[in-house]
Amino acid sequence: MKMLYERPRALLDVPFHYCPGCTHGIVHRLVAECLDELGLTGRTLGVASVGCSVLSYDYFACDMVQAPHGRAPAVATGLKRARPDCVVFTYQGDGDLAAIGTAETVHAAARGENITVIFINNAIYGMTGGQMAPTTLPGQVTQTTPEGRQVSTAGNPIRVCELLSSVEGAAYVERVSADSAAQIPKVKRAIRKAFETQLAGRGFSIVEVLSSCPTNWNKKPSEALKWIRKHMISYYPLGVYRDAKAAPKPENADKKEGSQ
Amino acid sequence: MQLLMKGNEALAEGALRAGCRCFFGYPITPQTEVAAYMAKHMQRRGGVYLQAESELAAINMVLGASSAGVRAMTSSSSPGISLKTEAISYMAGSDLPGVIVNVQRAGPGLGGIQASQADYWQATRAPGHGDLRLFVLAPASAQEMFDLIGDAFDLSDLYRMPAMILADGVLGQMMEPVELGKRATKKLPAKDWALTGTRHKRPHNVINSLYLDPAELERKVTERFARYEKAAKTEQRAEEYFVDDAELVLVAYGASARVARTAVDEARAKGRRTGLIRPVTLWPFPADSLRRAAKTARAFIAVEMSMGQMVDDVRLAIECARPVGLLSRTGGIIPSPEEVLEAIERHFEGCGGKPRRVGNA
Repeated sequence: MKMLYERPRALLDVPFHYCPGCTHGIVHRLVAECLDELGLTGRTLGVASVGCSVLSYDYFACDMVQAPHGRAPAVATGLKRARPDCVVFTYQGDGDLAAIGTAETVHAAARGENITVIFINNAIYGMTGGQMAPTTLPGQVTQTTPEGRQVSTAGNPIRVCELLSSVEGAAYVERVSADSAAQIPKVKRAIRKAFETQLAGRGFSIVEVLSSCPTNWNKKPSEALKWIRKHMISYYPLGVYRDAKAAPKPENADKKEGSQ
Repeated sequence: MQLLMKGNEALAEGALRAGCRCFFGYPITPQTEVAAYMAKHMQRRGGVYLQAESELAAINMVLGASSAGVRAMTSSSSPGISLKTEAISYMAGSDLPGVIVNVQRAGPGLGGIQASQADYWQATRAPGHGDLRLFVLAPASAQEMFDLIGDAFDLSDLYRMPAMILADGVLGQMMEPVELGKRATKKLPAKDWALTGTRHKRPHNVINSLYLDPAELERKVTERFARYEKAAKTEQRAEEYFVDDAELVLVAYGASARVARTAVDEARAKGRRTGLIRPVTLWPFPADSLRRAAKTARAFIAVEMSMGQMVDDVRLAIECARPVGLLSRTGGIIPSPEEVLEAIERHFEGCGGKPRRVGNA
């Protein structure tokens, strides 16, 4: 019998805690498939962040550490500098990455830190019950913007890929969307490209995945996916924002293992 | 080999010789020479020096490197340490080692850049949210800046707890001869918990401080506190100076202990039976030493460069069995030996001008 579909080996046999219709599970799977295909699981170190995906340390089969809110790129920097032979990735949501962790994100990119960031943008703080995120769209209703986000008082959403597109050390920056079956292979290609960027020693790579949160958006899963297509993609256009093909910097190539 | 070194440089050299392989810093006075020394020497000795974008990032890089099983540290001064407390709590909650250096300056707020000891409470009481302890070591010379940083790494690895060096601007900035001796290598447990990549040879390691089940979290914290208790029993360190026959015992650490020691010498020259207990570990506080002294001494005076913080621990250690006075200056002012001597004199004059006989007299 031919096996057509199975759990990637980079995912442990643990049931996800995510809500029905949430896209975290899909992205987890895609990250795991990439780790499998590139043969990286045994030398990959993952950094879980704070938010719905905090428990990702229980799901990925690679070594994992859980970082304080927003600090995942700093923790990943410490890991990568200490163990340059390992592949290091963070898995972060929008509140974590683009609000409390903006500085860590921008500076890890500016340093050209040779890490990969998987960034889930679902325009909301999910775990705390649906508050305004840095990526919440203008007019979007959340628990803390009950009349819809008014940019005059609540400010404007942050477009992370556009922001990082001007940062010299960012080697690969792409925004994709997990809104439909047709998009999923593109999400996977982007994630694979990001890991390959790291393997080539080219520096900071980030994949922003437009994602849904049916629970806190108060929508059926299918409606939530439609909402991504209808509202999010126009504000957050998909595409590759930066793809530096530069050769590895000599200091990246020369790094020695920092172990004792 | 003996070298004339700034305390901050001695500390950095001590860290390198103790096997520190990752340093993550951020500029702040008066600790900056630690970072400058590391910038100059770390890379050529095969380690990592990195100037982070913030104190928050620096300590989280330590968290990352420590997770990878490498000896890592950061250094800062008071306002910067406040920023680090978040990750210190995560490190304690994840049973991670790692060394944090605080070359204290005056607070609160931006305070001042002169030496201070006003972060004692922060270091020993609340170095982060939650039930946790840190090792806190207090050097009192450039030599100890060199020696204690190695001890901090050893204790940190042995107990899987973060450790702090609580120094101050005087110790960081002053130059003294330092004997760069070889450290005795301590046998330490293997870091089989570290993230090194599973290499498909073991289940994945997870470093984490989140426990959603209250019973599990209580069990975890209780286990950790059993370790703290063991450390509190076995790792207390203090230097005792003329304590045996002292009627009055000064208690001081770091820079203020140097002033207190001078005052003790002067008091002794006048026939005042005075001694000094200098805690080397602030956590665990050397309560045993204090309790022993309380059997013979009539009174204690804490000498501090703060409004009086360590004095709490003196009172707790002796369970208020003797009066405990306080001689304190703050804001970056160092008490003078004369001020301390005056406090000593006031004590003896309060006793009719004559030292009271205690013990075998």
